Amino acid sequence: MNRIQLSQGGGGLESQALISQLFYRYFNNPILAQAEDAALMTLSGSLAFTTDSYTVSPLFFNGGDIGKLAVVGTLNDLAMRSARPGCLSAGFIIEEGLPYADLERIVGSMAQALQQANAQLVCGDTKVVPKGAVDKVFINTSGVGQVQCQPAPGMNQIQAGDALLISGDIGRHGAVIMAAREGLDLTTELQTDCALLWPQVDALIQAGIHLHALRDATRGGVAAVLNEWAQATGLGLWIEEAYLPISEPVQGLCELLGFEAYDLANEGRMLIALPKSQVEQALSILQQLTDSQQAAYIGEVRAAQPSRVVMQTAWGTQRILDWPKGELLPRIC
Amino acid sequence: MSLVLKDLFDGFRDPATLQALAHQIEQAAARLSKPLRIMEVCGGHTHTIMRYALPQRLPKNIEFIHGPGCPVCIMPKERIDQAIALAQPANHILVTLGDMLRVPGSTQSLAKARSQGADVRAVYSPLEALSLAQQHPDKQVIFFAIGFETTTPMTAALLAQTEALGVRNLFFHINHVLVPPAVSALLAEQPCHIDALIAPSHVSVITGAKIYQPLLARYGLPMVVSGFEPVDVMQSILQLVEQTLAGEARLAVQYSRAVDWEGNLKAQALIARFFEPRAMFRWRGLGDIALSALQLKAPWQTYDAEIQFASLLSNQPIDDHKLCICGDILRGRAKPQDCKVFAKGCDPERPLGSCMVSSEGACHAYYRYAKVTQIEVEVR
Repeated sequence: MNRIQLSQGGGGLESQALISQLFYRYFNNPILAQAEDAALMTLSGSLAFTTDSYTVSPLFFNGGDIGKLAVVGTLNDLAMRSARPGCLSAGFIIEEGLPYADLERIVGSMAQALQQANAQLVCGDTKVVPKGAVDKVFINTSGVGQVQCQPAPGMNQIQAGDALLISGDIGRHGAVIMAAREGLDLTTELQTDCALLWPQVDALIQAGIHLHALRDATRGGVAAVLNEWAQATGLGLWIEEAYLPISEPVQGLCELLGFEAYDLANEGRMLIALPKSQVEQALSILQQLTDSQQAAYIGEVRAAQPSRVVMQTAWGTQRILDWPKGELLPRIC
Repeated sequence: MSLVLKDLFDGFRDPATLQALAHQIEQAAARLSKPLRIMEVCGGHTHTIMRYALPQRLPKNIEFIHGPGCPVCIMPKERIDQAIALAQPANHILVTLGDMLRVPGSTQSLAKARSQGADVRAVYSPLEALSLAQQHPDKQVIFFAIGFETTTPMTAALLAQTEALGVRNLFFHINHVLVPPAVSALLAEQPCHIDALIAPSHVSVITGAKIYQPLLARYGLPMVVSGFEPVDVMQSILQLVEQTLAGEARLAVQYSRAVDWEGNLKAQALIARFFEPRAMFRWRGLGDIALSALQLKAPWQTYDAEIQFASLLSNQPIDDHKLCICGDILRGRAKPQDCKVFAKGCDPERPLGSCMVSSEGACHAYYRYAKVTQIEVEVR
């Protein structure tokens, strides 16, 4: 089997071959093709800039892989500030001995996600480290994109009276990784929710929805985002437990392993804070799009119970929804 | 008919059923002459009660006393210190269930020991300890076994397989504890604040309901062996109120979908093959209780980490933090929010006392779901 060798990260002939035969082939675009030390771009207006590192284990999982995650995750972070997918950088840290076919499959997924998003990978870096120095491959991506809303959505715009929406059923990415790690094969129909959020954000912007705040609920899940918002705004977030869409396989896995779906990671789900008057319009837009058919109203922002997330149960009791804690699941993305 | 995961809980969280039960409990409890103080022995029940905020739908004269039924919480500091000591040698791997990692011993937790280089592995299933031992024949693998009667058969099964496969580098540090002696110790104390008991059903799936019969004979208070879903707990509460009103003290089984009188005889035989009662075990928050835990029988001493690695281990008892009132909470003399350090010096990140340690501990459940019960106060 063809495997990645240390020399392919050494900066010499072998590195050059890997770059031109693999990376240039998949990420072909005029800026990257200049092959200089830095990419030159002409940008204008208000820009969003973000970075994220991807260390997920296993590398390949139901419905995605680390490559798709590395593109989608960073573009989703941009989308949360209303930024259209723009340019990306990618840094690969590869463990010596990684099968070449695995790397090619990962790079192929990245290229596919970039194409789907209409974004470009304009610069990159490859390091190969001795066996054991990393686990298979870690990828860092950074991205810039043009901000479409002024002001850009942000926590500082959340106000009492706002409604809270979720763009789909929760916890699927976390559940898929968990099932893969535990070798549980009872959830073959369960796929990661890993998907680009920009099409949803764009549709909402086009329809004139006032997006007060957006946040993709990755590590720490919905529980972490809601708590972050509650703490940052000093407002109370009141959630109706029964309105949170949770698929049966996710709920089943949570029962089996003692988790809560609210704590599980998502890679294609966002929380939206918006004026209550626009809830129906926003939901009807989201529900027409493939990845957000299950978008739902989940609660509202109030002045009562400042800085807390209050979960209202279906039989009329209330409790706190706290931050997820401990080593729930390391290396989920 | 095939069973799907949903069948395990569907219906047992039904809002309409819960409302109906709440209504029935309210009507029945109105006829109680004095408040009914119910001890739910198991941390799983504590978790359900707080997670579903059941007290908000119950009349004020139904009170809960959150019992000592969380195997992580009751682990005394010296046993944690022993686990940490066993993890130190370079050729040792300490294996335990994830919940144990954050529990503080006298100076640190297993998680901290791990960050400083000790090889500590958290597993979901005890059988993973066996594969670790097989994968690392050059290492001594020590399984830190915890839990009540429910999890003891898993440790026994692991030991049986270890022996059958001739694996010689897997050792057992046994911390299996028993429900009836601990509850008996609490009921024997005077004054006793406990009027009725909700007994854990998963223990009885193994042991049968019969293990509570001696408690009934000795203390004569209403008992219900209950499931863990909110409907189970509400139904059990109703049964306890009804028994009390009728002046009865019976041992009832609410969780009849899995519990019978005798329990799982095969599992009981497996336990009896390897384990015997330990003369004394120290419970964090409660102190020494005779015959309240298990140890390996003499023929299995070659697998007993406490014997094989005795030179590494200290048995010196270590006191609980002096501000901690977990002992009073477990006895029903205080509620978590009565503690001076609750949510101040003591929280799930830095627990001082046993009840804050695991998600099944009373203080942890209050902290996580109610934050000093301010919510409850506002709703009433």
